[in-house]
Amino acid sequence: MAAEKRVVFRSPWLPLALLAPQAAVIGVFFFWPAAQTVMQSFQQQDAFGTSTSWVGVENFVHLFQDRSYIESFKTTAIFSVSVAVFGIAISLLLAYFADRAIRGALVYKTLLIWPYAVAPAVAGVLWLFMFAPSIGVVAYALRKSGIDWNHLLNGDQAMLLIIMAAIWKQISYNFLFFLAGLSSIPKSLIEAAAIDGAKPWRRFWTIVFPLLSPTTFFLLVINIVYAFFDTFGIVDAATEGGPGKDTAILVYKVYYDGFKALDLGGSAAQSVIIMSIVVVLTVLQFKFVEKKVNY
Amino acid sequence: MQSKSLIASLSLAAIASFTTPAHAQVEIQWWHAMSGPLGEWVNDLVKGYNDSQKDYKVVATYKGTYPETLTAGIAAFRAGNQPDILQVFEVGTATMMASKGAIVPVGKVMKDSGLKFDPSGYVSAVAGYYTAPNGQMLSMPFNSSTTIFYYNKDAFKAAGLDPEKAPKTWAEVALAAAKLKASGHACPFTTSWISWTQLESFSAWHNVEFATKGNGMGGNDARLTFNGPLQVRHIQDLENMAKQGLFVYKGRENKADTTFPSGECAMLTGSAGLLGNIKKNAKFNYGVAPLPYYEDVAGAPQNTVIGGASLWVMSGKPADHYKGVASFFNYLSSPEVQSESHKRTGYLPITTAAFKLTEQSGFYKQNPGADVAVNQMIRKTTDKSRGIRLGNFLQIRTIIDEELEQVWAGKATAKQALDKAVARGNEQLEKFQAANKS
Repeated sequence: MAAEKRVVFRSPWLPLALLAPQAAVIGVFFFWPAAQTVMQSFQQQDAFGTSTSWVGVENFVHLFQDRSYIESFKTTAIFSVSVAVFGIAISLLLAYFADRAIRGALVYKTLLIWPYAVAPAVAGVLWLFMFAPSIGVVAYALRKSGIDWNHLLNGDQAMLLIIMAAIWKQISYNFLFFLAGLSSIPKSLIEAAAIDGAKPWRRFWTIVFPLLSPTTFFLLVINIVYAFFDTFGIVDAATEGGPGKDTAILVYKVYYDGFKALDLGGSAAQSVIIMSIVVVLTVLQFKFVEKKVNY
Repeated sequence: MQSKSLIASLSLAAIASFTTPAHAQVEIQWWHAMSGPLGEWVNDLVKGYNDSQKDYKVVATYKGTYPETLTAGIAAFRAGNQPDILQVFEVGTATMMASKGAIVPVGKVMKDSGLKFDPSGYVSAVAGYYTAPNGQMLSMPFNSSTTIFYYNKDAFKAAGLDPEKAPKTWAEVALAAAKLKASGHACPFTTSWISWTQLESFSAWHNVEFATKGNGMGGNDARLTFNGPLQVRHIQDLENMAKQGLFVYKGRENKADTTFPSGECAMLTGSAGLLGNIKKNAKFNYGVAPLPYYEDVAGAPQNTVIGGASLWVMSGKPADHYKGVASFFNYLSSPEVQSESHKRTGYLPITTAAFKLTEQSGFYKQNPGADVAVNQMIRKTTDKSRGIRLGNFLQIRTIIDEELEQVWAGKATAKQALDKAVARGNEQLEKFQAANKS
């Protein structure tokens, strides 16, 4: 990036002062709670916090002795990868179509953005209603077409249900970014390719997709973080981690142990583990995937 | 509901600020988990008490579901803003008992207040549950329920069964279910609270141990024993029913509750507290009956175990607050108030006096079935049937849900599932014991 322009501040105080408000917000709402979590993960407390004792790494040892905890890594991997990959693919498709000059494009765009305003737990309930084995509309239609839908006892169907709900909730966010990304691609490039005889499919893969890669990369990181942290509400409302532990993803166990079972030390230890996983994943993405991104 | 009570309390506050009382009223905060018709019941109780005297004013606040209310109480305690009274559901009982610094035993509160208070007037299966091994009553029984059996009389008639004869034994339940299915019923039998109805109450009902140490009532070192031959036999029977479509699994906790009043499922085992909902919403004739049992088991039927919630007094409040709490509890346990609450909600009358009063009023004659739950509970209890009080009980119930789902899905046998649930549950008990050394 040879053409980069550097603006140099004369005083070192001005940039620091400009950064201060944002740094304060991050400090109070991220670093401070995160530090407390790390501290709590080495403690054992009774529910009311009347007695606290330092237990070293015991909380972590307990976790890794639990076979079902190890298994939930696999469940989480399936869930997160599906949510990120299909979520991004579907939104890209929708954005690509909505970006074309069609009648009523604004209506479609607005409708597609709506689900973002829905809280995760509500999204979970909504999908649960559609797929409820006895009263759900979709479950009824499925049964008519010969598919016995019962996510209460079928683990694969339960997983499919929470993946669909999680994707649906996130599509709007992805859609917005893709739409913005698409509108910044110069029309002349696409027109030039069309004149050269490239069909829409080819134009998409050779021009649009590469030019969108910064957006796609950004969304990949965001979606992984979303799937890892923000989806416990969906799981709690739709499946409660069942049947068995088939949909008990890592973050659901954090929520369950912390807020329902009142085991703050164990819950904090799990948060620390998820936090490390996401940090490692993000670093890996920046190291390897970002190389393929054209800015 | 919530906004209504908010407006009510705001307007009360407005009135209070205009009419300066001769001496300041002491405000008693009560956090509860009762919504809908039950929330209205709580508000009426509070109003009744506040109108009955001038020294104290109880303010009831709805805090969400049982677990949410408990979490809110804990968070408030940690921040030093705890309410005076916190309603805690039965699975949280061991957690509360272990948190010695956070609560004041009700027995002590009542004794210090000098008010007349006789714990022996309480139904023993109820009061015993909330009493420490040393005999001190720790929390105030409030809304206590137990597990009973509901059936759809119209569906029974349609299937050629006698609608006035409820199935008494599990064998009869299976037979009735088969006939219901043959008559085209898609969901002959289901259950709410599977651990509570099919293992906890089931064990007490047959006078079989659920856990050692008197089902955990005797101390934190209890271990689970619900993988015995009788429980395995019962889960196996349910598995067979599930395979034939006679028992349909409807989910965890009380998810199955709605399937009975809607008419979808013809038979249901669930909480006695569901009766009010059924009364209001069922558009068919229904019957209420005692929990089914196995007639070849000696000692069955014994008694069923308690569910519902009790009121805990939080520590760290000024002395005059505790006087107010005692006076409020005294009001709550009067036979008239108790009997009224019992008739209104379907929850158990908590004192023997209240039961007698209700009986004298002729209520049970006019409302057949309303005494089923009471009759299951007012028997003389044994060490195996007094109640089940375990640490980390919430997790144990979830573990039971998880393992039994493997049975209904055909992935595990009854024995495998119960063995695994016991092993995993015992880990939770060991953890609780280690964290709460006393």
